[in-house]
Amino acid sequence: MRAIQADGRPMEVLLIEDSAGDVRLTQEAFRIADPSIHLHVVSDGKEAMAFLKNEAAHVHAPRPDIILLDLNLTKMDGCEVLAHIKSNDNLKTIPTMILTTSEAEADVVRSYRLQANCYLNKPAQWDAFESLVKSINDFWLTKVKLPQPSHVE
Amino acid sequence: MKAAQNGRTKEVLLVEDSPGDVRLMQEAFHSANPSIHLYVASDGMEAMAFLMHEGIHVHAHQPDLILLDLNLPKMDGREVLARIKGDVRLKTIPTVVLTTSDAEADIAKSYQLQANCYLSKPVQLDAFEALVKSINDFWLTKVKLPQKRQSG
Repeated sequence: MRAIQADGRPMEVLLIEDSAGDVRLTQEAFRIADPSIHLHVVSDGKEAMAFLKNEAAHVHAPRPDIILLDLNLTKMDGCEVLAHIKSNDNLKTIPTMILTTSEAEADVVRSYRLQANCYLNKPAQWDAFESLVKSINDFWLTKVKLPQPSHVE
Repeated sequence: MKAAQNGRTKEVLLVEDSPGDVRLMQEAFHSANPSIHLYVASDGMEAMAFLMHEGIHVHAHQPDLILLDLNLPKMDGREVLARIKGDVRLKTIPTVVLTTSDAEADIAKSYQLQANCYLSKPVQLDAFEALVKSINDFWLTKVKLPQKRQSG
């Protein structure tokens, strides 16, 4: 299913992930689900915040339509990134999904308490991983009504 | 079957004032996944009473998922959403706005209030059924939900 905005612009997805292997798998799974999606990758929490605030090398970064956030990150951990996103009036409306190998109930509850939009377990098997990315695409990028990006100053 | 699956049967609270939409939702969930328990509150006050275990809802179960219409009598859906997301105990329950409104102001406001996602209610029956199936497949199958507390 092709995900596209009403104005014809492609969907922008920000993946915050430090494992090079998982980045590669996510890129391949999105390419299979919908090759028109723009998948941006940052590998640590500090760089994620720079991307979202258009700082330094990310001054021209687009506002993502959705964010996929790993919990175990270097420099700034995923929960801290989530707390920053959800306490910023400009960023809090961006649906932010936790995508992690952790099944610990404490991580699940903490993420929902910090207003993660949903919590997903990263499957170890490729087939299940590909199917999860397809679900994210089919649900979030085609069914869900996403907020329009506000004008960036 | 439901007793054997105790703790696994998913419970959904539908907050919806249109009896026709309630009926369609019940039928669509029944065909998507007949083991789901669907509870219905027909206005915002009743939804809050259900979630706070007040009045006749003293034994109400905490739902795994809330489907919330925006235009409701007594207490508006936006206020219900604000109360859920402002309550330490309730804010972890994924709350999906499901409404006929396509207005950008409603979409933006819902995400500002930390709705977990916003869906437009389709007018056509087959699209409506497909959407309920997607909600079941994504929220009640793929997503890891927080474990529920015992009601009481």
